[in-house]
Amino acid sequence: MSEFQTVNHDVLVIGAGGAGLRAAIEAAARGVKVGVVCKSLLGKAHTVMAEGGMAAAMANVDDRDSWRVHFADTMRGGQYLNNWRMAELHAKEAPERVRELEKWGALFDRTKDGRILQRNFGGHRYPRLAHVGDRTGLEMIRTLQDHGIHQGIQVHMELTVVSLLKDGERVCGAFAYWPPSVRGILVTEGVRGEGGVLRNREGKRFMFDNIPDNYKSQTADNEEEGWRYTQGDKDARRPPELLTRDHVARMIVREVKEGRGSPHGGVYLDISWIKDRIPNAAEHIKKKLPSMYHQFKQLANIDITKEPMEIGPTTHYVMGGIRVDGDTQMSTVPGLFACGECAAGLHGANRLGGNSLSDLLVFGKRAGEFAAEFARTKGDVTLDDAEIDAGVKYALAPFERGAAAEGAYQVQDALQSTMQDLVGIVRAQHEMEQALVELEALKQRAEKVGVPGNREYNPGWHTALDLRNLMIVSEAVARSALARKESRGGHFRDDYPEKDPAFATFNHVVRRGAKDEMELARETIPPLPAELAAIIEEMK
Amino acid sequence: MTATPQSPSPAPRAVDAYTAAQQAQDAAAGHGARTFRLWRGADGTGEFRDYTTEAIDGMVVLDAVQQIQAEQANDLAVRWNCKAGKCGSCSAEINGKPRLMCMTRLDELPADEPVSVEPMRAFPHVRDLVTDVSWNFRVKPTITRFTPRPPDAPDGTWRIDQEDVDRVQEFRKCIECFLCQDVCHVLRDHHKHDEFIGPRFLVYAAALEMHPLDTADRTAQLKEEHGIGYCNITKCCTKVCPEHITITDNAIIPLKERVVDEFFDPLKALVRLVRGKRRG
Ligand SMILES: Cc1cc2nc3c(=O)[nH]c(=O)nc-3n(C[C@H](O)[C@H](O)[C@H](O)COP(=O)(O)OP(=O)(O)OC[C@H]3O[C@@H](n4cnc5c(N)ncnc54)[C@H](O)[C@@H]3O)c2cc1C
Ligand code: SF4
Ligand code: SF4
Ligand code: FES
Repeated sequence: MSEFQTVNHDVLVIGAGGAGLRAAIEAAARGVKVGVVCKSLLGKAHTVMAEGGMAAAMANVDDRDSWRVHFADTMRGGQYLNNWRMAELHAKEAPERVRELEKWGALFDRTKDGRILQRNFGGHRYPRLAHVGDRTGLEMIRTLQDHGIHQGIQVHMELTVVSLLKDGERVCGAFAYWPPSVRGILVTEGVRGEGGVLRNREGKRFMFDNIPDNYKSQTADNEEEGWRYTQGDKDARRPPELLTRDHVARMIVREVKEGRGSPHGGVYLDISWIKDRIPNAAEHIKKKLPSMYHQFKQLANIDITKEPMEIGPTTHYVMGGIRVDGDTQMSTVPGLFACGECAAGLHGANRLGGNSLSDLLVFGKRAGEFAAEFARTKGDVTLDDAEIDAGVKYALAPFERGAAAEGAYQVQDALQSTMQDLVGIVRAQHEMEQALVELEALKQRAEKVGVPGNREYNPGWHTALDLRNLMIVSEAVARSALARKESRGGHFRDDYPEKDPAFATFNHVVRRGAKDEMELARETIPPLPAELAAIIEEMK
Repeated sequence: MTATPQSPSPAPRAVDAYTAAQQAQDAAAGHGARTFRLWRGADGTGEFRDYTTEAIDGMVVLDAVQQIQAEQANDLAVRWNCKAGKCGSCSAEINGKPRLMCMTRLDELPADEPVSVEPMRAFPHVRDLVTDVSWNFRVKPTITRFTPRPPDAPDGTWRIDQEDVDRVQEFRKCIECFLCQDVCHVLRDHHKHDEFIGPRFLVYAAALEMHPLDTADRTAQLKEEHGIGYCNITKCCTKVCPEHITITDNAIIPLKERVVDEFFDPLKALVRLVRGKRRG
């Protein structure tokens, strides 16, 4: 059929974000032949966006911190829907993974006595986020990249995987094509960690209005105490701006709905106010949040050292994903491992800020380790030519339909507004049901899109090929959200605004049914071992 | 969190108050048609083609290019990733100046003339706005890797002063957009890609040389293999760096000084002959 090239690797890593790179480095260190495929150029994955830092209970700033507190914080933040084994491993192993990054050349901000500095963040009881100003993600990906290029890993850049190939039940390879291909500023939560406060149109700090019961004992009830906390006073409790992001988002939506929002339907985040409290505030802000300062200046003409930013909540993380075994990161498909944002479990119903970067390192390492072991012990695989031919045929079909057919961008755009409007931050049954109807129609349209031009670096084509996966993920999100008739963590339903204990005992799992349809099932969360249950009880 | 998002208005539909407020904002924003002169073609041949599209307040060049791609030219090749000035993918020459498309606001460019966008010129052309920057990825591994001294604290880690961190932080901000490589005449006009690593990698070498834990000595290779001598301090690279790294003054000149110290100071050259390494 079409010309294609076969490249052999023992372990093939798809994606070169923090998770993929860490996995590749680990697999290579264990002596197998490793390849990395990534859609973009090396070092340009989404991980560069992370600003605030990575969470690890190193106890450099507050010696009361330990893996046990980090574990309890992660479970509380995730509203106990987490895979507790992952939460345990993550809390235990994150400090070592951060130190390893330093060994490979990462340079974190320092404490006075020269250790890695840690900053406050929403939902973390003690200052816990190792950081570099507000460009921690860049530091992390660059460190892994610069270390990785000396480990004999073969990197295939700008190559997009469209399907996985199987040998029997087991994954044996991937089919990729070559070469591939929000307006608004994303504001780091680090601003809140550095003393930024949220105000509504009336200038009121509305976060004090509604502090959830399970955080009451740890949260300041007045501005003075909150300020003392950000200045390192160990007797003070955290300001409510440092509550978990799901709660903050919900409070913002409430202010807007009740008519106290900013002119553009958001609220104000103000860091400039600290000039009333400390000398050289402007310098301090520029030093702690340099990228944020630069971005606002350049894109919005706003000087954040002088005036508040207008902000609103947005979706910026997917808590769900591929179901994996907590220890090995293997999925239910033998030979297929998942780690990082594409995997599910660690974060439960809501991810704590900073827990993603550490997740990438902890589980990237584990995935690389166990994938290498799998490759070494499970022997060779055979590729099925028919499967490859089918992949090629699927990939080239949009060209056969050509420019006369509907373009992929129109379908992608329609999908985006369906999901944004109907399965957005605030959800309701009738909206999600309508979304499922619209998705069905969009799937039909996606099957028929055509692209003009040729195969070399044609973004219309890439969008056409992405559509299938976008549809699957959208449908999985809509179905799971519809079935969860309660509000919990990042999932907020207008028609079921309260948490329901009946929903606390299971996760929703979607899988392919007998007739290729999407099947939704409840999967009971296994009971916590006594030791972990005791930690949660103790930290309540 | 996002500051005042302004996506194009979707079809009317029952929406919550939050979405409604955002849609009202989009409707209220200023609009106006603008012309973009985009380079189209492959493998070094091509031509400018004009496209007119609706520009909204606050738009950046990349927004407009993507809008043209979605509405008029589905196959227009453009590289981008983060849309936040952090990944360094969207480098191009805008009105003749090397810049990031996602960080260039339309309202900074003259409104009465077309906005021209063309690919970087220092690298082989692939298609439309995309160039082959793979040379950069081949250069990096030729620079001696980070080589830390053994840990000095009892807990097996290092103690480092913030001051020493601050010294190299500037270089570590680099987003590898390669705009400095694009503008450097040694590469752009004289095509010395085989003999000169370019400003980006001089910044990289400086970050390693000045890293508080690093013990390797890269001076000889900077002089011999990496062609630091080709740089004649024109400072063009510094002017285009979107991260405002003072490439020439803070990275290149100190490295040049190390080279001079080492190779042209007779006493040091003798020490070097005997010991092999500068900081042995
Ligand atoms: C603005 C912002 C700030 C954040 N701040 C923080 C923070 O302070 N702390 C924190 O812990 N987390 C933060 N996060 C979250 C965190 O950055 C991400 O969750 C994390 O970086 C994801 O890493 P990853 O390695 O899983 O995936 P990514 O970095 O997204 O990498 C995915 C990789 O897969 C490749 N890929 C995708 N599809 C294909 C395909 N089909 N074929 C081949 N390759 C493919 C991509 O090219 C890329 O290389 C933030 C996120 C955002 C948006
Ligand atoms: S200062 Fe040196 S590296 Fe920079 S552009 Fe000029 S010649 Fe090139
Ligand atoms: S030094 Fe500046 S211009 Fe050069 S690649 Fe890095 S960020 Fe880009
Ligand atoms: S798209 Fe990342 S820098 Fe422009």
